[in-house]
Amino acid sequence: MSITYLEAIREAQAKLLRDDDRVFIYGQDVGGSFGGAFKATKGLAKEFPGRVLNTPISEDAMVGTAIGAALEGMRPIVEMQFADFSSTALNQILNNAGTHYWRTNVPVPITVRLPSGGTKGSGPFHSQSMESLYAHYPGLIVMTPATVEDVYTMLIEAVAIDDPVVFCEHKYLYYHLKADKLPTEGLPTGQARIAREGRDLTIVAYSAVLHECLAVAEQFAREGFEIEVVDLRSVKPLDTDTVLASVARTGRLLCVGESFPWGGATAEVIARVTSEGFHLLDAAPQRINARDTPIPYHPNLWAAHRPNAKTIAAKARNLLQE
Amino acid sequence: MLQTAQRSSKRSISKKAPPHERFLEAFRWMLLARTLEEKLVSLYRGGLITGGVYVGRGQEAVSVACGLFLQKGDVFAPLIRDQAGRSAFGEPLVDVARTYLGSRQGPMRGRDGNIHRGRPRDGQFAMISHLGAMISVAVGALMAKRFKGEKNFVGLTCIGEGGMQTGSAHEGLNIAAVEQVPLVVVATNNHYAYSTPNEREFACHDLVDRAKGYGFEGHTIDGTDLANCLDVIGGAVQRARAGRPPQLVVASILRLSGHGEHDDASYVTEEIKREPFARDCLKCTEKTIVDLNLAGTETLREWREDAAAQVDRAISTAQKEAAPEADEEDWRAISMRDLVDQVE
Ligand SMILES: Cc1ncc(C[n+]2csc(CCOP(=O)(O)OP(=O)(O)O)c2C)c(N)n1
Repeated sequence: MSITYLEAIREAQAKLLRDDDRVFIYGQDVGGSFGGAFKATKGLAKEFPGRVLNTPISEDAMVGTAIGAALEGMRPIVEMQFADFSSTALNQILNNAGTHYWRTNVPVPITVRLPSGGTKGSGPFHSQSMESLYAHYPGLIVMTPATVEDVYTMLIEAVAIDDPVVFCEHKYLYYHLKADKLPTEGLPTGQARIAREGRDLTIVAYSAVLHECLAVAEQFAREGFEIEVVDLRSVKPLDTDTVLASVARTGRLLCVGESFPWGGATAEVIARVTSEGFHLLDAAPQRINARDTPIPYHPNLWAAHRPNAKTIAAKARNLLQE
Repeated sequence: MLQTAQRSSKRSISKKAPPHERFLEAFRWMLLARTLEEKLVSLYRGGLITGGVYVGRGQEAVSVACGLFLQKGDVFAPLIRDQAGRSAFGEPLVDVARTYLGSRQGPMRGRDGNIHRGRPRDGQFAMISHLGAMISVAVGALMAKRFKGEKNFVGLTCIGEGGMQTGSAHEGLNIAAVEQVPLVVVATNNHYAYSTPNEREFACHDLVDRAKGYGFEGHTIDGTDLANCLDVIGGAVQRARAGRPPQLVVASILRLSGHGEHDDASYVTEEIKREPFARDCLKCTEKTIVDLNLAGTETLREWREDAAAQVDRAISTAQKEAAPEADEEDWRAISMRDLVDQVE
């Protein structure tokens, strides 16, 4: 048997619905026989009548409704049709869910699923990676799973967490990534994973670009360089300790993320490593993000907009030669 | 209309029958709210309150009716000018005092102030500033109650005519009707959103016309007439509880204060102050009480004194309490300790 990243998301939700009466799924086109724009809820409405509900195109109200339901003891999962459209729910996510526990001592256990990131031909409004934006605000957990196993166990954990979780699942991985079977357990949230061991350079990544980084590491191995690749898994909380420990081994750091370059997850990693582990560094840390323009539609432009094996390899080579 | 006619005919038959069975009870909550808010204003003027003070002067009749018919197990998501309704629904007075005065013992513990307070576990939701956002939250709470198999519950949320123009309010109203939850939305048109008059806020003839567009049942009320507020809002609560579609009640009043106490409201025209909706609902209610001899002057005086005593107690309790200290604050925005991101 082989299972894709997307199927793992569906299976996690099926398990959640089966195991926990408090769970319901709320989103555009998730219900009926349709099962969502990407089919992440395929068949679930039929299997769990009344618990997989289509909503109007009202991102603000979808999240507001989830917040209210969570306050009354439910564990709602909101599916955004695309991460990009969560911008119209920012107020509810940031200002309502994100502030609620702090203000009232009552946590808001909602999970907002964001089909994130670029696939070619999707253009400026169906390609965004918004993890850095959500991580910037207090009160939210931001998950960025890069593997089939993680997307499954982390989604299950997201719903169990008492606080609001923004779950950034990568659309590029939906069909590209396959595993033999689903895991029964995973690493806890907040713990990064060494995806590949090495001693010459640390590359810190998360979500889809992790796989490009692994490919680059593979390529460098043929030249005799051993690159360590750290998969953050969640950008908030951010596992600074694992990153620092890796940099202590390698002395060199490259951070790769798919969100826009101003600030963000990669900048945060570098800021933490330079302030807490400056003495560990043998070279100035580097980062690669998407470019500071809207995300282009045409595949030729799109491929050059986001970090890719070529740009990652070039930066890695510079660092290794320093 | 019919109800009003019946009421006035009743009045002429029996001088002492109150125009609504909960009229006097409601009046006392209004009085308490007014007394409390006047005290808050004086504390503010004396520099004893940090941040703003936002009062519901002129809106007490509408507000009390919002809180009065709700029961334990119901959900109330009030807004800026709902002191009377919050009290009637069971918010302890000391919560208000503690929140305004920044006591570490209040429900918000100095983390949020003034009107931004609540006890969500008791169905008293804590508004965020962003107008319109609480409607869908109330919808979700009601859906949850339905999921859990609870019965006979209702939710009520308040908004101003200004807040009604947000996209969030539109989405919230629409989703309430789609979900067919037992919700009452009370929209009070106090004719200004901060300094902006109605003609720059919306261009439809009457906000209640929107009820039809959303699939709500719509009602209008004269917010200066307590009996009318109790009849209509009480009726709307009953209808929602009984499984009718969501209810929209649009009240008309004038805001008899600045937007907040920092605002002298000099933009409010003399002309609008002469409108019938500009009357003070508290005075109108008191006049009805006197005219119908529902309570004697002695009783009214006792009620006033009782309100003042309750307010004094709440304020002095809060004033004696310690303020939050930065070095004792845990500075954690999430409940799950082991998931806190450790940033320097
Ligand atoms: C979305 C949003 N925009 C702006 C504000 C700032 N603001 C607070 S109250 C207010 C006026 C509100 O008017 P209305 O809804 O009619 O209520 P009222 O104050 O008259 O009771 C404004 C503009 C806000 N709180 N929320």
